[in-house]
Amino acid sequence: MFDIFFKILKTPKNTIPILGNDPDQADIVAVGEKIEAKVKRLFRGSLAVRQIDAGSDNACEQELVALSNSFYDIERFGIHFVASPRHADMLLVTGPVARNMGEALRRAYEATPEPKIVVAVGDDAIDGGIFKDSYAVLGGVNSVIPVHYQIPGDPPTPKTILVSLLKILEAVDTAPVTSY
Amino acid sequence: MIILIWTIQLILTPVVSPLCIGIIKKVKARLQNRRGASIFQPYKDLWKLLHKDEVISSNASWIFYYAPFIIFAVTIVVGASIPLFAAFLNNTLTGDMLVIVYALAIGAFFLALAGMDTGGAFGGFGSSREMTLSALAEGGLIFSLLTVALISGSTNLFAISSSGVFAQDQHFLSALLALCGFFIVLLAETGRFPYDNPDTHLELTMIHEAIILEYSGKRLALMEWASANKLLIFIALGVNLFFPLGLADNGGVDAILIGMAAFMVKIFICCLIIALIESSMAKFRFFRLPDLLLVSFILNVVALSLIQ
Amino acid sequence: MLEIIASPISFFILLELFLIGAAGSLVLRKNDASANVWSSFFAIAGSLWGLLFASAILISGQALSFVAGTSPFPLLSLAMHIDMLSALFIFIISLIALFCSIYGIGYVKHFYKKYNIGTLGFFYHLFIAGMVLVVTASNGIFFLIAWEIMSVASYFLVVYDRNDENNVKAGFLYLVMTHVGTAFIIAAFLLLYKYTGSFDFEVIKSAVTFIPSSIKNTIFVLSMVGFGVKAGIIPFHIWLPAAHPAAPSHISALMSGVMIKTGVFMMMRLFLDILQPAPVWWGLVVLFVGATSSLLGVLYALTEHDIKRLLAYHSIENIGIILLGLGSALTFSSLGMLPLALLSLVAALFHTVNHAIFKSLLFLSAGSVINQMHTRNMEEYGGLIKYMPHTAFFFLIGSMAISALPPFNGFFSEWLTFQSLFQGIIALDSSARWVFILAAGALAFTGGLALTCFVKAFGATFLARPRSAEVSHAKESSFPLLAAMGALAALSLLFGLFSGPVTLFLETIGKSFSIFQSAPSLLSLPRGHVLTVGSGFASVSGLAFLVLFTVAIFIVVWIIRSAINKKQKIKIGATWDCGTDLTSRMEITATGFARSIVLIFKGVLKPSIQHEIEYHDAETRYMPKSRTVILGVRDVHQAYFYRPLHKVVATLAEQTKNIQSGNINTYISYIFIALLIVLFATL
Repeated sequence: MFDIFFKILKTPKNTIPILGNDPDQADIVAVGEKIEAKVKRLFRGSLAVRQIDAGSDNACEQELVALSNSFYDIERFGIHFVASPRHADMLLVTGPVARNMGEALRRAYEATPEPKIVVAVGDDAIDGGIFKDSYAVLGGVNSVIPVHYQIPGDPPTPKTILVSLLKILEAVDTAPVTSY
Repeated sequence: MIILIWTIQLILTPVVSPLCIGIIKKVKARLQNRRGASIFQPYKDLWKLLHKDEVISSNASWIFYYAPFIIFAVTIVVGASIPLFAAFLNNTLTGDMLVIVYALAIGAFFLALAGMDTGGAFGGFGSSREMTLSALAEGGLIFSLLTVALISGSTNLFAISSSGVFAQDQHFLSALLALCGFFIVLLAETGRFPYDNPDTHLELTMIHEAIILEYSGKRLALMEWASANKLLIFIALGVNLFFPLGLADNGGVDAILIGMAAFMVKIFICCLIIALIESSMAKFRFFRLPDLLLVSFILNVVALSLIQ
Repeated sequence: MLEIIASPISFFILLELFLIGAAGSLVLRKNDASANVWSSFFAIAGSLWGLLFASAILISGQALSFVAGTSPFPLLSLAMHIDMLSALFIFIISLIALFCSIYGIGYVKHFYKKYNIGTLGFFYHLFIAGMVLVVTASNGIFFLIAWEIMSVASYFLVVYDRNDENNVKAGFLYLVMTHVGTAFIIAAFLLLYKYTGSFDFEVIKSAVTFIPSSIKNTIFVLSMVGFGVKAGIIPFHIWLPAAHPAAPSHISALMSGVMIKTGVFMMMRLFLDILQPAPVWWGLVVLFVGATSSLLGVLYALTEHDIKRLLAYHSIENIGIILLGLGSALTFSSLGMLPLALLSLVAALFHTVNHAIFKSLLFLSAGSVINQMHTRNMEEYGGLIKYMPHTAFFFLIGSMAISALPPFNGFFSEWLTFQSLFQGIIALDSSARWVFILAAGALAFTGGLALTCFVKAFGATFLARPRSAEVSHAKESSFPLLAAMGALAALSLLFGLFSGPVTLFLETIGKSFSIFQSAPSLLSLPRGHVLTVGSGFASVSGLAFLVLFTVAIFIVVWIIRSAINKKQKIKIGATWDCGTDLTSRMEITATGFARSIVLIFKGVLKPSIQHEIEYHDAETRYMPKSRTVILGVRDVHQAYFYRPLHKVVATLAEQTKNIQSGNINTYISYIFIALLIVLFATL
């Protein structure tokens, strides 16, 4: 057991800082209903994210999983992933919504309490991406549930997703989110 | 002055408990080479949850609606009845060790019923596992408290913390074994490793989380806060019954301040130990847990038999 | 006024009320409704009079001793002795009979046109009268007559619902077991008669010094077995889970709440009163029996999914807890530690009273549910809280009381039992100490497991979604049923809140025993509601807990309402189902809930699992059509205790049959050998 602790102490810190004027910033695309400012203020300190895989090819899931590692460390911004849609504030939906997942996605949306934000992550979720117009997909998340933001990319990098989330919450400029 | 001390005693548990959760999460994050959320993050989480709407299942009955309030009120009452920073407070009304154990059992009762109430697939077996572990942990808990009660000559928790159990040399081994037994039960009752992973997302591995899966909004805030309160209650029992250094003997301002400072230091150390344990071991398979609880019971029985 | 009520005349009025009720029910048996009215009226009147009479005796503190009349037989004298303990038991009998009778007004209606209500009333009154006689009879033979009346009347009540064959079988098992117990009691009384020359309990008590200690030990074992069969201790309990569910629910409540306590009553009377001074090992044996009964009772209850069998096993568990108190009282009194013995006796008496109240409440609520659902199988219940909210609430209160949750009454009697065991651990030396430590461990685990079992019972019955279509036809219970259950629930809370005064009152009853006359008391009640043991070793206050808890809830609700978003809405949605449809088969079942514990304790419970698969094509056995899984728990007592015993007895009987060879020459040789033996014996 003590070997693990010595190894931990010797490993260098490798968390990537997110700065206010990051040259790598991605543009978020706001669609649908606009989220009110007081909702963003409510979620700025603490955001619970439920990730829904609506028939995705798992590329976006890999990037979302990477958000919890020590490089990106999404938890330091107060954002954490939850298991139940009832606990969630934000639904991160990936995948082009396969036909069998349409009803499940709708039920997950209904199970999430207000106020909530729906973000479609990845080109597949936005309009079907490489599966566009296929018979097996319903064609993008906004054909099933109302989407508020879209993060384009196939898949978007973890840093893109992270910065986009912070921009959605308008937390990049107002709160100091440099590494600490 | 005494009114002020009792007010602090009443509100200290719910005020400090999210901090314990925050410290454990921060230490675990640091051990994972991450930055982690700030130690005040649970307060922000609770604040946000209190401002959200709720979605409640149509199958739920009044038990689902009222259980969070009942469970939270029970933790408040128990938190006010145990020695936190002052040992001189005389609580003969609810300060008995059996009252504390069975009052916490009220919380477990309603928690399990709330899990079964919505008829979901996960809440039922979460309740089943929670009650199984709670039933088996009760033996160890009562016996470890009994050991320290017999060493001190009273079952009143304030009286136990006034007389130090490690101070008497002939009972040193008994107190040590009782401490080990109590710590095993602490991990069981508060749902930490190796019994339950509080951060898991896999429903088949959940015990406490499965029950609160259906809750949202303010009721979820109360359930999570009650769980944090229970953690603080057990940590406070462990540190104050076994290591009552710094507990206030009188109502003077300096004694109170030293008492509170000692309390914060002690819970910090305990949270550190829990976080270190969580970072260095995996969760046990469910059917190995009764063996662990029986080990706790046996340690306590041996401790009891060593007292002459 | 008090003297008139606490007099023999009053006692005869009590018995007369029940006898008139019995006779009148039989006369009115042609008309169901009038038989029900007559029987209920006299049962309620008799119970109220019994409460009045018992309270008068308890308040006046004077024991009554009288002879009811002359009997034609020399050994039988109709002597009655009503002291404080008897008066307490008459109080318990009357209290529970009162509420069961009120319940019966509405409950018996569903037997109209099916069975004869007149005979139900007849046996019901006979049963209660028999129980009253059992606790007041002061002559051994009179006691046995009353015991038989009680047992036979309850047998007819158990087989009342005779269309179901299982009930008839259960009644038969009950009849056999109770007579086996009675045989042991008769043997014990005969031994007492042999050495003291009388069947009168008073005479026996004064002549107890003439009994040699080996005979005393034999009497102890015989009466332990005999009264243990009635009380339902393990391993003589096999009739309890069969007979209590078979009877109508208000009878089950009476049987479980009161009748099995008569066994405990006689144990208290014999061991603590008549046969004193007793050796230490008696108390340790009773403690051991109590510990095993409580632990095994609750484990078997966890395996059950028939709601009344579950409650019957919990009766076994609670009798175990009462015996823990009685055993420590015996041990302490043998070692001369009289204050501790008094404390333990008070714990046992308090738990007797409390168990009568909350067990009756649970049986009455279960009866209401079974009335609506027409099945005892918990796996077909579910969601009943929406259809029967009041019944559910009363069952919840009963569950909280039996699981020893403060501020209900069960907590305080278990607290007192714990205190007596703790005092034993402090005060005793090594060998007895270990029994106390293990008994305290058994009690600690029993409390937790009982809580688990009642979460299962309440959750599977009332919560979640209905598991069968019958649930939607369930209606709330009628007013008499709700009144009886509500009154018992209120009593449960009141006995918890006023546990201090009740405990001190029970202590005065305990002091009426001749060995405790001058024992100093360890219990005190400073500030009127803080029950204290020793001089501050332990203290508890039910009232304070309830007040603190209520204040805490109000503060929490007020703060939450003021802290949260004022425009918060609650939306009603579907249970989170991960996107699939939830059927009632996806809920946890009662069996599934307890399966973890059953598997943990599989050394004791010996669970079994059987798979059956039916295939579409029996030859290739490739695609299954249906799978059946049968989960069971092996009946250990039948397999290891009763069946071998039966085999031995049957073998012996077979061997003895050889004496009757049919050959007349053999018979004449028997006579010749017998003559020779008698001649040699007299010479």
